[in-house]
Amino acid sequence: MPIFFEKKQLVTPGELLAEGEYLPGENTYMEQNKIYASRIGLVDTDNKKVNVVALRAFYVPKVGDIVIGTVLEVGFNGWTISIKGPYSALLRASDVLSRPFKPQNDELSAVLNAGDLIVAKIASYDRAHDPQLTVGEPGLGKITRGQILQVTPTKIPRVIGRKGSMISMIKQETGCQIILGLNGVVLVTGKTPEDEDLAIEAIRKIEQESHTSGLTDRVTQLLKERKGKIEQKVEENKNE
Amino acid sequence: MNEKPEKLIDKKGIRSDGRKADELRPLKLQVGVLSNADGSAYIEHGKNKILAAAFGPREMHPKHLAMPDRMVLRCRYHMAPFSVQERKSPAPSRREVELSKVIKEALEPALFTELYPRTGVDVFVEVLQADGGTRCASITAAALAIADAGVPMRDLVVACAAGKIDDTVVLDLYDAEDKLGAADVPVAYMPSLNAITLLQMDGILTMQEFEKATNMALDGCRRIYEVQKEALKTKYMVVKEAGEE
Amino acid sequence: MSSLITKVRLKQIEQLLEKGKRLDGRGLRDYREIKIEQGLIERAEGSARCLLGKTEVLAGVKVETGEPFPDTPNEGVLTVNAELVPLASPNFEPGPPDENSIELARVVDRGIRESKAIDSEKLCIEPGKKVFVVFVDIYVLNHDGNLIDCSALAAMSALLNTKMPNYEIKDGELKIKQGYVSLPVKSRPITVTVAKINNTLIVDPWLEEEQVMDSRISMAINEEGNICAVQKGGSGYFTPQQILEASKIAQEKSVEIRKKLDW
Repeated sequence: MPIFFEKKQLVTPGELLAEGEYLPGENTYMEQNKIYASRIGLVDTDNKKVNVVALRAFYVPKVGDIVIGTVLEVGFNGWTISIKGPYSALLRASDVLSRPFKPQNDELSAVLNAGDLIVAKIASYDRAHDPQLTVGEPGLGKITRGQILQVTPTKIPRVIGRKGSMISMIKQETGCQIILGLNGVVLVTGKTPEDEDLAIEAIRKIEQESHTSGLTDRVTQLLKERKGKIEQKVEENKNE
Repeated sequence: MNEKPEKLIDKKGIRSDGRKADELRPLKLQVGVLSNADGSAYIEHGKNKILAAAFGPREMHPKHLAMPDRMVLRCRYHMAPFSVQERKSPAPSRREVELSKVIKEALEPALFTELYPRTGVDVFVEVLQADGGTRCASITAAALAIADAGVPMRDLVVACAAGKIDDTVVLDLYDAEDKLGAADVPVAYMPSLNAITLLQMDGILTMQEFEKATNMALDGCRRIYEVQKEALKTKYMVVKEAGEE
Repeated sequence: MSSLITKVRLKQIEQLLEKGKRLDGRGLRDYREIKIEQGLIERAEGSARCLLGKTEVLAGVKVETGEPFPDTPNEGVLTVNAELVPLASPNFEPGPPDENSIELARVVDRGIRESKAIDSEKLCIEPGKKVFVVFVDIYVLNHDGNLIDCSALAAMSALLNTKMPNYEIKDGELKIKQGYVSLPVKSRPITVTVAKINNTLIVDPWLEEEQVMDSRISMAINEEGNICAVQKGGSGYFTPQQILEASKIAQEKSVEIRKKLDW
């Protein structure tokens, strides 16, 4: 049964990918036994499934995802959070405060105010309701320091790497704490701004070149080179 | 600056702008030209210069316009006051209102509206310079803007017009041909699905001429579709090549 | 804008269509009953009411004098406006014309204008300076589907009913004589709307069919069988073959309606 593309070919929405015994995977759809791409991206097969790794997509919430969001509004019994997707999320006050509370605006804004950043988990989501967040687990909650960057959500798995190899390597080389929100928002917290900038540069490089091979080596090399320069500069500053 | 040609098409079949009956005007498309929009595209088609931007899917404002089970597409076609021969008032004209509606109806069949309920996608088209066939060029650019925003689509929507001037059915009328000609038939099309999403006609044509013009326009659509796909790939190709060094 | 139609009702419509039938008993190619009354509004120079099934549209024509358009100095002016008045449907709200009423007006306008229904050169009083201006106002009184065809019939009937004061141009002056003359009409276009539901084509969709249809295509056809206006509407699509089929249907129906109305 025919396939109409080469591995990792760049395809546009509506391009015919396969016909017959194949199954429509990510960013594809099937009509009358034909599989078409629905987003611009790189097409590949995984067994009988035809997938397109989208080069441009937005985040659709999934229960259990860790996300980083910004508080948009303080409401009566919770906060509205932007998670950079089509839907804004809700964080209930009852999830944050361990005791029953009286709905007074002032009290809530003291805990979390508009503009604050949080790391949270998607607790529930369905077609009829906006996603609900929870911060009731270790590692979740308000963010107090670090730098934030936005990455296309489909690239996050590449930043993580196989069994977390890529992200562990970056953390190690830069000494930074990195939290990857599956909504594409990344938090980098390092000892110095230079360390943070380095981690950010590495992540940006992965985002740009995510579909290529040998990326792990190139990123490692970049980090080692830059770190070498930083250490050299520190030495120079010491000797002045 | 008002050029009114004597004859729209001469005995040798050459039109007043030098083209043959089935020749398209020069076309240039660029994707991702505006940094604030989720997706954007710019088209130059003949003397037409049009900018399209897409925002979303995002929450609908006002909220009561959101639909519980689907995504809503809104479209605004607007012409800049300096885009035409005689300055046009910035207020939306009845023509702009109608075109906004037909352009939206041309793009909507490409979207999977059931995928993102309660959200909206807003498409804005600004005609910076007009020379006939702006609704078609707008649709071609708007579809690219939507794809550039990462909104899933069944296919890109492409559009082209054909018409009749001096008893000859021709492709891609420019403004003088549209105004002085006998008929204009704009068509929007999703080539992979063989689906016509916009079809209008004003003028007078026999059934045979109407069929001929529609087919000619579809052929023009298929040719522009190749340019459209290339423009989209070009923006993302740069990204691909950067990694292969 | 459309009210939600129940899934049960939708299934009912679809199942009947597969058998070639419609909810109100019509065949796929049957129009509802057309009733036209002329001259009900004496203050207007011309008027007509068209009933297409339960869809009701009143059209009024006023004739005044004014300036011609700069690019047609020897021709009269036609302007068509439509109002979807709130009493016609629970979905119509008071306010300035929305995209639906503007589209309706412009589609009816194109059918009349492009077919040259009005002999506009006969409306010239003083070239470049003074011409007759024909205002056609379409008033939708009840919306039960297919406003385009009903409005086009009402508008054309109103134009056929229009009487202007008998006039003479002497020494560049407009002189009103005794009596009345009919508005000079050269052609009588008829608009036919074909709707697509799943892959079945039907004519003259009524309200519930409009709520479930994928798309519609309206064509204005003149006495010679030529097409003067085409407008696809709705958020669905047609294949090129369906467009061809729809044009054949439109042509057939226009001949049928023309005979019925004796146009």
